[in-house]
Amino acid sequence: MSLEGARERWVRTGGIELCVAELGDDRQPTVVLVHGYPDSKEVWSEVAARLADRFHVVLYDVRGHGRSSAPQPLRGGFTLEKLTDDFLAVVDAVSPDRPVHLVGHDWGSVQSWEFVTVARTEGRIASFTSMSGPSLDHFGHWIKQRVRRPTPRRVGQLLGQGAKSWYVYMLHTPALPELAWRGPLGKRWPKMLERFEKVPAGDYPTASLPSDAAHGAWLYRDNVRPRLSRPRADAYAHAPVQLITPLGDAFLSERLYDDLEEWAPRLLRRTLPAKHWVPRTRPDQLAAWITEFVTANEGREAGLPAQGTAATGKYADRFGGQLVLVTGAGSGIGRATAFAFAEAGARVVAVDRDAGSAARTAEMSRLIGSPEAWAETVDVSDEQAMEKLAEKVATEYGVVDVLVNNAGIGLSGSFFDTTSEDWKKVLDVNLWGVIHGCRLFGKQMAERGQGGHIVNTASAAAYQPSKALPAYSTSKAAVLMLSECLRAELAGQGIGVSAICPGFVNTNITSTARFAGVDVAEEKRRQKNSARLYGLRNYPPEKVADAILRAVVRNQAVVPVTPEARGAHLMSRFTPKALRAIARLEPPL
Amino acid sequence: MTTAVAGELSAELRGFRDELRGFKEVQRLAYECAEAVAAQLKPGVTEREAARMQRDWLRGRGVRDWFHLPFAWFGDRTAFVGFRVPLQFFPTNRRLEPGMPFILDMAPVHKGFTADIGYSGSLGPNPLQDKLLADLEAHRELILREVRERRTLREIYEDVDRLMVRQGYANRHRAYPFGVIAHKVDRVRERPWSPRLFGFGTQALKGLASDALRGHRDGWSPLWSPYRFSDHPPQPGLWAVEPHLGFRGTGAKFEEILVVTDSKDPEASAFWLDDDLPHVRRWAEDK
Repeated sequence: MSLEGARERWVRTGGIELCVAELGDDRQPTVVLVHGYPDSKEVWSEVAARLADRFHVVLYDVRGHGRSSAPQPLRGGFTLEKLTDDFLAVVDAVSPDRPVHLVGHDWGSVQSWEFVTVARTEGRIASFTSMSGPSLDHFGHWIKQRVRRPTPRRVGQLLGQGAKSWYVYMLHTPALPELAWRGPLGKRWPKMLERFEKVPAGDYPTASLPSDAAHGAWLYRDNVRPRLSRPRADAYAHAPVQLITPLGDAFLSERLYDDLEEWAPRLLRRTLPAKHWVPRTRPDQLAAWITEFVTANEGREAGLPAQGTAATGKYADRFGGQLVLVTGAGSGIGRATAFAFAEAGARVVAVDRDAGSAARTAEMSRLIGSPEAWAETVDVSDEQAMEKLAEKVATEYGVVDVLVNNAGIGLSGSFFDTTSEDWKKVLDVNLWGVIHGCRLFGKQMAERGQGGHIVNTASAAAYQPSKALPAYSTSKAAVLMLSECLRAELAGQGIGVSAICPGFVNTNITSTARFAGVDVAEEKRRQKNSARLYGLRNYPPEKVADAILRAVVRNQAVVPVTPEARGAHLMSRFTPKALRAIARLEPPL
Repeated sequence: MTTAVAGELSAELRGFRDELRGFKEVQRLAYECAEAVAAQLKPGVTEREAARMQRDWLRGRGVRDWFHLPFAWFGDRTAFVGFRVPLQFFPTNRRLEPGMPFILDMAPVHKGFTADIGYSGSLGPNPLQDKLLADLEAHRELILREVRERRTLREIYEDVDRLMVRQGYANRHRAYPFGVIAHKVDRVRERPWSPRLFGFGTQALKGLASDALRGHRDGWSPLWSPYRFSDHPPQPGLWAVEPHLGFRGTGAKFEEILVVTDSKDPEASAFWLDDDLPHVRRWAEDK
């Protein structure tokens, strides 16, 4: 198994032996990783390897799982009280003097909630990162509240979670689950994980899976019914909690955590678009968030409020700490987008061909919530420069989580006035720039295999023809179609692609746009006039930036922004003839 | 730099210098008030209370009339977020919190001289607003330079706008009535009773209105705006200049008097009334 270099030790407690593995320097803060069901500690191997150079990482097989021995008899041997005994025994062995940072996934999180809410562990836990495992007590209260006052919405939430919990009912049947796990289910499970949960194939799950799963059924049988029917009233967390919610979890509704602030006053929320087995599918993101949270809460005296690292932006739970690269970030929509991501706590790479304005964007980003921001001076139409950029970003900053291909230039003028030079220039930036971006950074995303998102700034001109903008519209239509095709190709790898189609937005694209077939003075005049008209329209780029973040969060395919863009989008479907009539109008310049 | 060209001191020039001294004194007084009130701001103070504090402080020092009553803006109101109607400028019950930016803006009339100042600060450190304030220096220089070049006010307005966009900021003086970056101020006759209209002193408004009328005939305007009526070179007189930057819910401005004369010497044709003001000192310290 890939817990390479791990030091092993055995901890005896309550008549059983627990297999404990340790990685990293034991003088560093201790991070204890608790696995779920049906798993063993090896579920954490990817995350543990990433944490080991900063922390003392401790993993153990929960009783009855992996190489830890099982209690005899099984019934009554898996209660949360006994699991807490195990945890304390492990912690006393690996970090007798200092509190530990606790991380739990699935049932590991369920039991960790117990650890972090009972009095006897107070002072032993410095922080708790929870993923995909609610406290059974909180869950019990959640159900009771909804049963007591069943508004339609609450009934919906109850039924929704009730349906997602189908497997819990199955596990309560006697003997059958054990037979299934030791028989056909255990054999097929790895393939099922790969197919339905998108867990990468490899050396996980381990060979002990059938017996882990069979023993682990008692986790449910010993705890679920007693705790849900009589939840503790004092289940308050005594350590800061980071809640990581995978939005595509097939087993747990995100609504379960709606009132969690009541139980965990020092709560930091994170969301990520992934399925249930995040320790296997998103190890980079988890390691980054755990590192940040542990560092922020390390060495703090109990009672002080948790760190102030959290950004305040609207989507801070989603983009905190993520790496976002924006091209054309020196002005207009690109700059506003970089700022919006910065406010959400993302690390920003601002790319622009103008060094000064890119540096300015990066500087301001750091001031409004970006933990780190960099400026890069690159012309997106220059393939070699883009390749160099991709290499540099990958080695110095990491793999990009969100790529925004936004750089673009304007070109207006009739088809016959547009020279082949003009065509080349506009296609080089508007289309090839996007192609280079998608090809280079998209490839890094796909190779990492941990999801991501690509946003391409197209335009309403992509579906609204106009006799004044043949080259520009052609380039943007190509970007739109490219985005749609790429979206189809990358869907299977958890990478979303969105095309943003803004209408008239008040940016400086008008004052840099080229007008083909007119002399310099006339071009200046038209630039000024169009800038004035766009100014009168006065649709702020910040609203487009909002739409971009929303598109990433919701994974939208095509997003027209501004009323005229939405109107034209509708017309392109239902009354294309009217659009063609508009295309023949002379713009008032 | 506040003095005009040395040389023959005609009576007219001497009168002008006395007048400037009067304006300078009241501007200093207003900035002193701003600093005194800013020092007293605590978490929980409301905008209304801050405005009241400015009023009381200045009344205690002999101010009886106003160009406009003191304003106070806290938090994202410093960037005029969501302002639609002019009534939203008036102080509200918004409470100050640690780290929040604030702006105090007052225009007292003292001994017949008018000041109009804006003071930006924050309760505790606010690196973002510090950055905005630091970036205002370039605007102060730009405005003076272009006024000396006798560019039209509209052009200067547009250049300030462009600089703001380059810096990444939004132009927030556009939210002021008529979108002005500056307006003329003048001496105001002291009257025993001067009622106020929407927070503006009627005497001062009268002055502004008569300027507007005169300017309308001669092709200039006492309001320095982005519109066509400001398409004229700087008109001699005293201009209260107030560039106001906004950035994602944080705003910063300064406001002080720019003296424009009809002198042929560029140095004397325009100058800031006073170079010893809190924001100018601050820039000097940062260097």
